[in-house]
Amino acid sequence: MNRIVEKINLSELVVKLSIEAPEIAKKRKAGHFVIVKIGKKGERIPLTISQADEHSGTITLIIQKVGTTSHKLAALEPGDHVTDLVGPLGHATHIENKGTILCAGGGVGIAPLLPIVEALKEAGNKIILVLGARSKDLIILEDEIRKVSDEVVIMTDDGSYGQKGLITKGMEDVIMKNRIDLAYAIGPAIMMKYCSLLTKKHAIPTIASLNTIMVDGTGMCGACRVTVGNKTRFVCVDGPEFNAHEVDFDELLMRLGAYKEEEYSSFKEYSQAIK
Amino acid sequence: MISENEGSVNKRNEPWRQELRSRLKAKERSLIARVKMPEVDADERSKSTVEVNIGLNAEIARREASRCLDCVNPACIEGCPVGIDIPRFVKYIEAGEFLNAARTLKETNSLPAVCGRVCPQEIQCEAKCIYAEKMNKEPVAIGHLERFAADFEQQSGKIHIPEITGKNNLKVAVIGSGPAGLSAAGDLVKMGYNVKVFEALHELGGVLKYGIPEFRLPNSIVDVEIESLKKMGVEFETNIVIGKTLTFEDLKNEGYKAFFVGSGAGLPNFMNIPGEDYNGILSSNEYLTRVNLMGASQSDYDTPVLKGKHVAVIGGGNTAMDSVRTAKRLGAERAMIIYRRSFDEMPARKEEIKHAKKEGIEFLNLHNPIKYNADKDGRVSSAILQKMELGEPDSSGRRRPVPIPDSEFEIAVDLVIVSVGVSPNPLIPQSLSELNTTRWGTISVDEEYLQSNISGLFAGGDIVRGGATVILAMGDGRKAAAGIHKYLQNGFGK
Repeated sequence: MNRIVEKINLSELVVKLSIEAPEIAKKRKAGHFVIVKIGKKGERIPLTISQADEHSGTITLIIQKVGTTSHKLAALEPGDHVTDLVGPLGHATHIENKGTILCAGGGVGIAPLLPIVEALKEAGNKIILVLGARSKDLIILEDEIRKVSDEVVIMTDDGSYGQKGLITKGMEDVIMKNRIDLAYAIGPAIMMKYCSLLTKKHAIPTIASLNTIMVDGTGMCGACRVTVGNKTRFVCVDGPEFNAHEVDFDELLMRLGAYKEEEYSSFKEYSQAIK
Repeated sequence: MISENEGSVNKRNEPWRQELRSRLKAKERSLIARVKMPEVDADERSKSTVEVNIGLNAEIARREASRCLDCVNPACIEGCPVGIDIPRFVKYIEAGEFLNAARTLKETNSLPAVCGRVCPQEIQCEAKCIYAEKMNKEPVAIGHLERFAADFEQQSGKIHIPEITGKNNLKVAVIGSGPAGLSAAGDLVKMGYNVKVFEALHELGGVLKYGIPEFRLPNSIVDVEIESLKKMGVEFETNIVIGKTLTFEDLKNEGYKAFFVGSGAGLPNFMNIPGEDYNGILSSNEYLTRVNLMGASQSDYDTPVLKGKHVAVIGGGNTAMDSVRTAKRLGAERAMIIYRRSFDEMPARKEEIKHAKKEGIEFLNLHNPIKYNADKDGRVSSAILQKMELGEPDSSGRRRPVPIPDSEFEIAVDLVIVSVGVSPNPLIPQSLSELNTTRWGTISVDEEYLQSNISGLFAGGDIVRGGATVILAMGDGRKAAAGIHKYLQNGFGK
């Protein structure tokens, strides 16, 4: 169980792993996530399932190397096993034909966005996708995205690919030219905050998929709490998707930094240990 | 459980018991002073995870056991949620037959080494002891004796594995490996069922592992008890969330004929006061899980935990005590309980409060937080507390805390652990829309056998009670096991 069957480096910092997990592959729907843990002393982190193949019984996870656990995961090779893998968790995306949907994927957020786009497309929606990243080499899954989108706009901060500018600029251009019925924003919290502000200005209903700190991920610890519409909600069992216009992104951004020092020192130790 | 009581009366008349009773007069027995549990020095233990209670040695245990009058109508058994034949196991200890004492415990209790440590005996079996009820004396230390017998067996290497006779090849699924699930599994496997326990986390034991700290219940003790269940034939699988990874439909298709849901307490409650979402304010579930399950206080584990110099734990239950004593062990200079009532109303066990006081825990009773402030990075820096006084009793029978006007003041805190209760885990009810739940989100069950409105689906422990104790969860596990047995033997009808 949990054997890695394929590993592809999508960029220097982003790795795609296909992992044997037949039950999860059978059950997962767009929007679901898993919790993974590497080694007996590892931590539990949530990762959105990017793709799944029920036939071969595998799921695909896309990992951006940021801290200790993501580096450990990205260091695994085909044949290795993920120590603990549990899911699919969270509520699946609500899929229906709404008309024209604007999807904004920032950086590695493109990975969790892909299955949602696939499902929305299949339901008959017109999909306009805006991908944003710092530079060209951080744009991932472009081919897969193009296959299921009617229109793709690429934005890079440095102009190395697509148009130069922030993702919100690309979105605003799309909004000016099209009647948008619904928007999705998935990516770093700061990106989702500004996407949400933009769509709020244009009164476009918007859904964000939140990626908070979790421990158990099954509705027990409360680490993932967020404020949505002035109420405390738990991302693991109430989410991960919420009405973006009601999410308190400033609080979310603050809470994501709760363990910054500990994460930094853990990663420093890890980096030294593998040298 | 009438048959068991009749059994215990018959066993009372066995020759060895009669002979033992004749050795000492009741009067002489009653003059022996109750044993005091030896403890590791408070200063030393509050710097480590060493277990606080050391346990009794054989000589002291036998003397304590000799205090028991071996009553004709032992009320202590009625006080035990799992119906242990208490006088018999105590008398085996007096006779020096410690392994037989442990066997007696295991007849009705799958986790005696756990219960000997964490049960609130003072309000259960010991409260019913004739010494306490009729003689105004301290009751026999049944809990300490239970721990002694269970530990003796664990350390002897001669752990008794009950023989399973009459396998019936019917499959029963147990959801959750906490005290309710383990207790149900233990009884069901003895009745001949093929039992498999599904656990959502990566470790077995539920709250016994993620919740109760090492200094009160070492994980190794829990592992030995789980190992015994495995030897009896109970199967376990971790990392399976029922309702998500596998549905009840899947389990039915795999041939499971009945289900016991012991999925436990879930979402922590917060107070919804300003500033409660600042960093450094977390639930006791999160704090204890990080430390106990994820090893966060040890440098070679990846999971981090925030450390505080001035730690405030909000609440007065056992979980609050576990949290504040953990904070002390992780180096807090001030580790405080902030509780809105007084010691008299505090739900934590008296023993835990006593231990906490000795370890230097401060108690700010009759105080309630109303607001938190943070530094520029969003880390909590102070709490505004309001002083309280006690008014008339409320629906719980405890005197209601009432705020004293204009009594607010500020204290410096850099870590706040909120321990004001939990709501039931929502995953199972979410996955079974036809399942009846109460308005609190707990699963509704019948009182006699703990069956839900879905035929063959039973539930117990915190998913039914909302938030209770290990032993009540275990009692539920036993009750539901009996219910499942009746259900499966009576042709699957309700």
